[in-house]
Amino acid sequence: MSEHDEPMPTHETGGHVGGVHRKVDAMERMRGVTRYTDDLKLPRMLHAKIKRSPHPHAKILSIDASAALAMPGVHAVITGRDLPTPYGIIPWTPDETALCVEKALYVGDGIACVAADDEDTAIEALEKIDVKYEVLEPLYDPEQALERRDNQINPYSRKGNLSKKVLLEFGDIDGTLEQSDLVVEGDYFFEGTTHAAIEPHCAVAHVEPSGVLTVWSATQVSHYLHRELAKVLDMPANRIRVIQPPLGGAFGGKSEPFDLEFCVAKLALMTGRPVKLLYTREEVFYSHRGRHPMKMKYRTGFTKDGKITAVDAFTILDGGAYSSFGLVTTYYSGQLLCAPYGFDAYRFHSRRAYTNKPACGPKRGHGSVQPRFAIECQIDKAAEQLGLDPIDMRLHNDIGPNAQTVNEFRVGSNGFSECLRRVRASSSWDAKRKELPYGRGLGVAGSTYISGTNYPIYPNDMPQAAVQITLDRSGRARVFSGANDIGQGSNTMLAVIAGNELGLPLEHIRVLSADTDLCPVDLGAYSSRITLMVGNACLEAAQKLRRQVTTAVGKRWDVPRKRVTLADGQAIDREDPERNVPLAEAFQWAEADEGLLSATGSYNTPKDRHGDYRGGTIGASPAYSFTAHVAEVDVDRSTGIVDVKTIWVAHDCGRALSRKIVEGQMEGSAYMGFAEAIMEQHIVDPGHNGVHPGPSLLDYRLPTFLDTPDLEALIVESPDAQGPYGAKEAGEGPLHPSIPAIANAIYDAVGVRMDSLPFTPPRVLAAIEARAAREKAGELEPHKPTLGGAQETA
Amino acid sequence: MLRLPRFGVQTPDTLEDAVAALAQPGARLVAGGTDILPNLKHRLDQPPVLVSLSRVASLREIREEDGNLVIGAGVTLTEIAEHDRVRALFPSVAYAAGVIASPLIRNMGTLGGNVNLDTRCRYVNQTHFWRTAIGGCLKSEGDVCHVVPKGRICVAAMSSDLVPVLGSLGSTLVNQGPDGPRELPLLDYYGADGTAHIKREPGEVTREVRIPLPSTPTRARYAKWTVRKSIDFPLVSVAINVQLASDSVDAEVTGVSVVVGVLGSKPRVVTRLDEVIGRKLSDATVAHTVATRVHAQCKPLENVPYEAPYRRQMIRVFAQRAIEEMVAEG
Repeated sequence: MSEHDEPMPTHETGGHVGGVHRKVDAMERMRGVTRYTDDLKLPRMLHAKIKRSPHPHAKILSIDASAALAMPGVHAVITGRDLPTPYGIIPWTPDETALCVEKALYVGDGIACVAADDEDTAIEALEKIDVKYEVLEPLYDPEQALERRDNQINPYSRKGNLSKKVLLEFGDIDGTLEQSDLVVEGDYFFEGTTHAAIEPHCAVAHVEPSGVLTVWSATQVSHYLHRELAKVLDMPANRIRVIQPPLGGAFGGKSEPFDLEFCVAKLALMTGRPVKLLYTREEVFYSHRGRHPMKMKYRTGFTKDGKITAVDAFTILDGGAYSSFGLVTTYYSGQLLCAPYGFDAYRFHSRRAYTNKPACGPKRGHGSVQPRFAIECQIDKAAEQLGLDPIDMRLHNDIGPNAQTVNEFRVGSNGFSECLRRVRASSSWDAKRKELPYGRGLGVAGSTYISGTNYPIYPNDMPQAAVQITLDRSGRARVFSGANDIGQGSNTMLAVIAGNELGLPLEHIRVLSADTDLCPVDLGAYSSRITLMVGNACLEAAQKLRRQVTTAVGKRWDVPRKRVTLADGQAIDREDPERNVPLAEAFQWAEADEGLLSATGSYNTPKDRHGDYRGGTIGASPAYSFTAHVAEVDVDRSTGIVDVKTIWVAHDCGRALSRKIVEGQMEGSAYMGFAEAIMEQHIVDPGHNGVHPGPSLLDYRLPTFLDTPDLEALIVESPDAQGPYGAKEAGEGPLHPSIPAIANAIYDAVGVRMDSLPFTPPRVLAAIEARAAREKAGELEPHKPTLGGAQETA
Repeated sequence: MLRLPRFGVQTPDTLEDAVAALAQPGARLVAGGTDILPNLKHRLDQPPVLVSLSRVASLREIREEDGNLVIGAGVTLTEIAEHDRVRALFPSVAYAAGVIASPLIRNMGTLGGNVNLDTRCRYVNQTHFWRTAIGGCLKSEGDVCHVVPKGRICVAAMSSDLVPVLGSLGSTLVNQGPDGPRELPLLDYYGADGTAHIKREPGEVTREVRIPLPSTPTRARYAKWTVRKSIDFPLVSVAINVQLASDSVDAEVTGVSVVVGVLGSKPRVVTRLDEVIGRKLSDATVAHTVATRVHAQCKPLENVPYEAPYRRQMIRVFAQRAIEEMVAEG
């Protein structure tokens, strides 16, 4: 479902970069033999289950586990008091404990954990743990929670139910808005959504006879998990090993420690036996950390020729019970809005509230998918009011390459205009948009995203990423990387870079990743950092080795090192290609000269790409990706059903190191955005004790194959000096425009603005009927009157 | 992953043995298992023994007999959807069977299981833990109804796709009990109490469904709407069967039957449709009149996870469209 009308880029060496590769783990996944965390079985392994709170807000008065402990087959029970150290993925907001100590803060909060011979016994034992609660008043509405100083939800909070507040102002916002030719005001609501990775969270812990604790976990941040385990278990980090087995999806839902990892570790230490805990699907919904609901009030100023002058954004984030990444999310809700469009005045005021719900956190496109929805709808409204083409208007506002945003981020390469041109051409925008009848429509939206964050989660001056590569006598390279392959293909990316530099076929490269005993530290799979950061580290290590190998070969052939190239499994004399030697032999020559062939590479971010103001580093990135979508919809005026026919996705990833994987990320992102636009709602039911109304994949509806639009991936390459071979991110950016592009297409189709998500049939139908009533009353002209818009609804 | 409770399994080879096995206290039937097994994982029941019908070969036949098409209770939904005679004689039956859940579930699910499908409710089909958080309900561990707060009768929804269709065609159901077979009109099998919505006598096993072969030209259709195009239980479920004076949509309507599912615990037969008799099916007022009657008589509840007022509006839209599509197809 993609087009390849561009010439394939050519490369200096190796020939892998820019190619199409089978993922290094593809065959074992396709054959069903991949061993996920839950496939691990250790001798004498116990199974653990967590008892969870049936109340949304309650004080724990007592926990009596004696009846459970007396059951045959039950080995241990722990409660919050066994693991009382508060932690948090953001070091400034440690506001959760492995299990609740004093209070339960949402339906599903963990209270106690049982280790037993098997899961059934553990489940029976949970029923026998007697917990006495004092039920407290729950707060579900974030604005109400902020006002209720008498009812503090999270006991560790320092400011009542205010989890974080950010107010930043750049330029003369009020004056600029006043002088603008047009000010568009809009209220938007983004409903919460969750990740819904197919693999539920799972962890296994085992204490070696030496006393080393090993934790296997379906995590996307092994390093941060390692640190938090050491802190909460009060053990030195050098006695803990964290291994991430192959993962069945994550999308941000596994990017911080969860109760199960601490519980299995503690229970393994207590019982001396391996312990496993696998979440049920219901528990995955409770652990959540998904996209924050955001209520957004925007004022956007424009000149009459469509230039954006100022953006004033007021946002309330519904954080749920814990901070998670909320401090960052609150910044991101404003900081990531200042490209791809340039403007001179900006203010954002964001507040995150605690509520008695599963905690929100980072989901693909962390913190910026919601404001992107608002701003792109604002621009569409302005284009209509100013009589401008929405694509032309976006081209007109493109901040361009080598620019500085109003909040002082430095943008390097920028292929946004090219993205807009590509979706315009592929969707036949100009011809089609004029002709589509009432009910059919096209909408456009653009976006930008970061390729990693400039600073790590905990402050330090060490590299953000490091890779070690060793070459051996068989002609094989081993790449050791702490990075977490969560399905995005980072292990394949490393093989492509190492193979490209060393001339090795991918099957001769073993990528060994995400094992804290074997691999250098990497911070993990979040904020789309791995290709740029770990890729750069890998490139550096591979280039060092290439130099060693070509030197050794040059010495044997008595030619300068630079005459030797490594390609197709051979060392070749560039000037006399008949002269060549298999790489295994070349490696042996080099090992004879140099000793064991091993090199490291590391990467740290440039520190001159952001402002000096407080918060000016949050949201800053070495390089930014750019995306544009056009969506085509068919809206049924009698039912309100929105059928998204096609989404054209153009994404500037700098340089596509592996085209199919980039296209897969683009399509997967667009699908995920589409799902959030049309169906998903991660909510609780205030009328029924704050329960999640459908914590299952039957009731939490995600689109099936049959519901999914055609997705056309259009790779745009605008190489960035900061990225390996110019590469930037591709895993999160392409999600953003799906939602506003669909909203804008719905407007084009039937003339209604869907400012609240999701665009469900009842909501769309109500909007169509409300418009029809206004048309009838003469308050509005019919939408698309010459294309069928004046007809009565059925 | 949710765990099943512990139970024994028996796999009789004959219907008689199945009936005998079912006499054990608390025994329950498995006729595909796609409904009961998730319900057991949710701890809605804890039967000591499950009697599987998977080896009862006599239940797996489709045959024509005494002016009926007889479909054995063990025939899978996939087989019904793909069966030549079913498709030729009763396209709405084949269609409805083919839009149930997903291909994998249709490969396992059977006709018998589907007509005996338990009623469903957003407050019931959840885990035991979840139900504890709301204190249970009439159909689970509690004594209140969350759908109709002062209601004393459970209104969980009859959610079978096939029941409205088979009902609209005048089908009968044959259950085999300890005292022999019992045949009754399919629609009489269902009652208003969602905790016990089928009138299956103790020890009875559903043997077959008998659909009378049409005596006049007909047009039949099943309209199902769900949010997704696969997997979901119906949110709008309307079966329509029209008898015609001759084999043309311009012929006069001589009879019409409309049965609607996913309201309360039994399917609703729409009444007062006589006024369309005598009109041409292609007369636009037929679709409009039928849709108006459907809308007036069918009042969805908040028992399944979707907005009831919208479902009510959609029953009208989909009923009308179903007839318009019959006409368009000729």
